[in-house]
Amino acid sequence: MKRYQNLLMVVAVVALVALPLWMVKKPTPGADGKEVQIFAGADDKAKDAIATVSPDYKPWFSPLLEPPSGEIGSLLFALQAALGAGFIGYWYGCSSTRSKYEQTVKTSVKC
Amino acid sequence: MHIMEGFLPVKHAIGWSIASTPFVVYGLHSIKKRIEEKPEQRMLLGVAAAFTFVLSALKLPSVTGSCSHPTGTGLGAILFGPAAMAPIGMVVLLFQAILLAHGGITTLGANIFSMAIVGPFAATAIYRLAAAIKLPFGPSVFLAASCADLLTYITTSAQLAFAFPDPVGGFAASFAKFAGIFAITQLPLALVEGLLTVIVMNALVRFNGRELKEMNVTAATGEVRV
Repeated sequence: MKRYQNLLMVVAVVALVALPLWMVKKPTPGADGKEVQIFAGADDKAKDAIATVSPDYKPWFSPLLEPPSGEIGSLLFALQAALGAGFIGYWYGCSSTRSKYEQTVKTSVKC
Repeated sequence: MHIMEGFLPVKHAIGWSIASTPFVVYGLHSIKKRIEEKPEQRMLLGVAAAFTFVLSALKLPSVTGSCSHPTGTGLGAILFGPAAMAPIGMVVLLFQAILLAHGGITTLGANIFSMAIVGPFAATAIYRLAAAIKLPFGPSVFLAASCADLLTYITTSAQLAFAFPDPVGGFAASFAKFAGIFAITQLPLALVEGLLTVIVMNALVRFNGRELKEMNVTAATGEVRV
């Protein structure tokens, strides 16, 4: 039952991520002929909002290192996710093996 | 998404850093103490940190047509209490601020406050409340994690509104604007985070039931199958 529940939850996660991709349509280019970007970061939008609320504000500090390109940026994000997922995988492997082992020990003692 | 580098006035940047520091210091202390007392919980602490690493690296699309990422702090807060997540969140935020130009050093204090303090405290409080009214284990975890995610971004919106009040409508008008960007985008992502947290928590209950019982995570809801 539990496995079934988990599977359903994974399906829901995939649906929640995929739905926006399908729902949000790319708007037609505006009068200036520029392509409208969709699925940009929410912080870019926040930047624009700050510019409308206080147009005089100038950021007083800029990032020390900026990924030289979008590709390098995604490399580092992938690395971050890989580190985390790698550890979770390691824990899962250890734990499931341990519980299997304990199960076998228990049953062999009973016999 | 975090507040970008340089996008908080100096006074605010310093203020939020001062506000966050005691939480981080106390969090480090509490982690150290716990590892000394119960070294076997190191693995679970690693899982909590790893979960935050993965989730905050995943920029997901949302119905608003922009992208944002979950925080992953709810899981650790339910397991270890809110204080432990402050230093863990700081590590993630530093990684992204230094290497990825995502968030920033000057806004680190404010971002720690929203993601690694408000979120985890909310998660723990909601989880305890849900357990107190005898909600089952899964829904309690789900509620705690997704509300923590959402509250993180509501805090970010409030921080920005506080720093950049609307010239006409003041804080409220500005907050509505920033919340429209961050919080609405975050709604579906909060659901995703809630679900993922429940999935990992189910695995934890299955494999580390004894530890979880010891940590009083599952004691109240009685969801232990050893």
